Amino acid sequence: MAQTLEQTGLPPVRPPQSSFSPGKLWTDKKSRGIIIQIIAMVLFCAVVVYLAGNVVENFQKLGKPFGFGFLKQESNYDINQTLIQYNSQSSHARAAVVGIINTLLIAVCGIILATVLGFILGVLRLSKNVLVNKLTYCYIEFIRNVPVLVHILFMYGLMVHALPHPKQAIVVKETFFLSNRGFYMPQPLFQPLFWLVVAAFVIGLVFAFWYRRSARIKQASTGEQSPVFWVMLASIIGLPILAYFLSGMPINWEYPTQSRFNLKGGMAIKPEFMALWLALSMYTAAFIAEIVRAGIVAVDHGQSEAAMALGLPRKRTMNLVVIPQAMRVIIPPLTSQYLNITKNSSLAIAIGYMDIVATIGGISLNQTGREMECMIIVLALYLFFSLTISFFMNWYNKRIALVER
Amino acid sequence: MPNTSNAPTQSYVPGEHPDLKPPIGQTGILLWLRKNLFSSTFNVVLTLVTLYFLYLVIPPLVNWLFLDAVFQAGSRDECRALGEGACWGFIDKRLGQFTYGFYPIEERWRVNLTFLLLVIAVLPVLWEKMPKRRLMLGFSLVFPFVSAWLLLGGFGLESVNTDQFGGFMLTMIIGVTGIVFSLPMGILLALGRQSQLHFIRWLCTGFIEFIRGVPLITLLFVASTMLNYFLPPGTTFDLLLRVLIMVTIFSAAYIAEVVRGGLQAVPKGQHEAADAMGLKYWASMRLIVLPQALKISIPGIVNTFIGLFKDSTLVVIIGLLDPLGIGRASLSDSKWQGLATEVYVFIAIFFFICCFSMSRYSIYLENKLHTGHRI
Repeated sequence: MAQTLEQTGLPPVRPPQSSFSPGKLWTDKKSRGIIIQIIAMVLFCAVVVYLAGNVVENFQKLGKPFGFGFLKQESNYDINQTLIQYNSQSSHARAAVVGIINTLLIAVCGIILATVLGFILGVLRLSKNVLVNKLTYCYIEFIRNVPVLVHILFMYGLMVHALPHPKQAIVVKETFFLSNRGFYMPQPLFQPLFWLVVAAFVIGLVFAFWYRRSARIKQASTGEQSPVFWVMLASIIGLPILAYFLSGMPINWEYPTQSRFNLKGGMAIKPEFMALWLALSMYTAAFIAEIVRAGIVAVDHGQSEAAMALGLPRKRTMNLVVIPQAMRVIIPPLTSQYLNITKNSSLAIAIGYMDIVATIGGISLNQTGREMECMIIVLALYLFFSLTISFFMNWYNKRIALVER
Repeated sequence: MPNTSNAPTQSYVPGEHPDLKPPIGQTGILLWLRKNLFSSTFNVVLTLVTLYFLYLVIPPLVNWLFLDAVFQAGSRDECRALGEGACWGFIDKRLGQFTYGFYPIEERWRVNLTFLLLVIAVLPVLWEKMPKRRLMLGFSLVFPFVSAWLLLGGFGLESVNTDQFGGFMLTMIIGVTGIVFSLPMGILLALGRQSQLHFIRWLCTGFIEFIRGVPLITLLFVASTMLNYFLPPGTTFDLLLRVLIMVTIFSAAYIAEVVRGGLQAVPKGQHEAADAMGLKYWASMRLIVLPQALKISIPGIVNTFIGLFKDSTLVVIIGLLDPLGIGRASLSDSKWQGLATEVYVFIAIFFFICCFSMSRYSIYLENKLHTGHRI
């Protein structure tokens, strides 16, 4: 009966709302959603309370207090690579800071090298030369299908076993020494007048960006083009060099020297750092290469054809038409590769590079027995790094994204 | 005048053109060479540089890997006496350990049987036109339990402790378990993140972002050092099981993001059509949305699996004996010291074969499922 009514196109006759019945709560979509959420919330709270209860009970049973006071205690261990003042009398907190700086150092260096290598490999992969193309393909496939830990351990093995002892170090002009204790090079000792060079650099940087901006405005209004690249290069690099010579070369170099068993003086890049840096960059570069290739391939042929039809030379076609569009495709996956480098740098612990996991999450943890606190610090820091990087990359991505109506 | 009439370029009778060969360099290998290797000055330089590079690298590599290598030897000194190349004799001697870890020798047939069953269980999943596929898929569902029984023992078999697991067997256990359990978990998380219910969405998003924000190694440390605090006092909990749980939730979070991308790519009209058909949430997801979303996300899912498989090596850092751990342990044997390169190359080749075939399969699948237009 009801069906025939509906078929006639008349509005269905609703029975008058009957009084409340519990079954309706479940059949109505809205109230069902609320019920499910309440159940989920109760379950979630129950699990949290249960886990927290267990933690409290466990702490009481072991007689351990919970707190971060241990960070002020003496650390009693040495770190082989420190960029800030640190010794075994320093506190655990300072050890953590050293670890953070080491993590950031490897992440930043790794990101730079991986990007450069990755873009080169990506372009080689697109080469019309079959030999280069296939060779790059084989290299990329081999590198990215082998675990990064194997890369790191292998690289470290090379650094330690294949390089000579300090006594037979590979020497370049009595200045650079390469041995299995690391790569030694002259250390700059800055003289008081060095601030002039720094100032020149800052001025050059500001000028360069001001020049680029005004060149863009000029091009937009008149169409005239300025030699932006060369002016920027001259002001960023040339100006500090000029200042350096004008102020009477205010850097003294401390050269490393070979002593009986080791190299002394100078600045050293430790083998742990080098191995980790090279391995991480190589591994990630293989992924970046594929991203770059996919990004460039994703730009429609019509785009570069249109640019050529407009009479743009090949270089400007690349710079103004292809690369900006490819970057839109490249940036999001590139972000996750940068995050991967940062996270994979935690594998440092396998070869004894003292990053944050090895300091506060490793030795400090074992010495103080504060598993909970140390791991909370490590997890929180990594979350912070990851969120910061993805925040910046999202901001950049939004800036270059296609504005569609 | 008579000279010109002899010239071969005179006009031919129509239909009787002689079959002249194309000019040299316009066909066959010469054309290919010219087009692909020597098309411009820059290309010629590039080709020559690459050839020189290959000349520098390939012969020593082949010599080291095969020609000068020693395949049978009792110790490192013996190796060095026999040849200058790689000492594969070491791998040969330790192959059992590299494969089975410290699994009892007389019980190793169980691992072999498990591996055989794994192949049988995987076949129907990968091979769509297999005869009696439904029946075989049923077996694939039962396989995890059968394999757990076979490997761990009990119920008539001698029980083996998990700390005796090791080598490639451990890699396979971690990889397969992670893949099997992380896929459904990842799909559920992705659906949760897309859900209309605020609390569910908030919970799933928080979980996914937390897991993706921290490195796997810290999660493994949490598993090995901190997890005991969250359990009732006195509970002991197998380390391998803890690692498996962590690896699974780690890769589930990544799969959730991949699947979310797929879900977002399904047009809204599909959801609305499903609603219009009167399908309930789960039915519309199962029948309409997920098949399309998963199809789109297959490459990403397989990449996550490859990542998971490679990441299984990290367990060496918390003391499980995966191939790297076995390698390190065997290198401390004074008879075999200094053969790290051989060990790492061997492990690298193993992983390369596994991961490369996975990625090839994903490309094949992608092409097969690509039913739309092709540009």
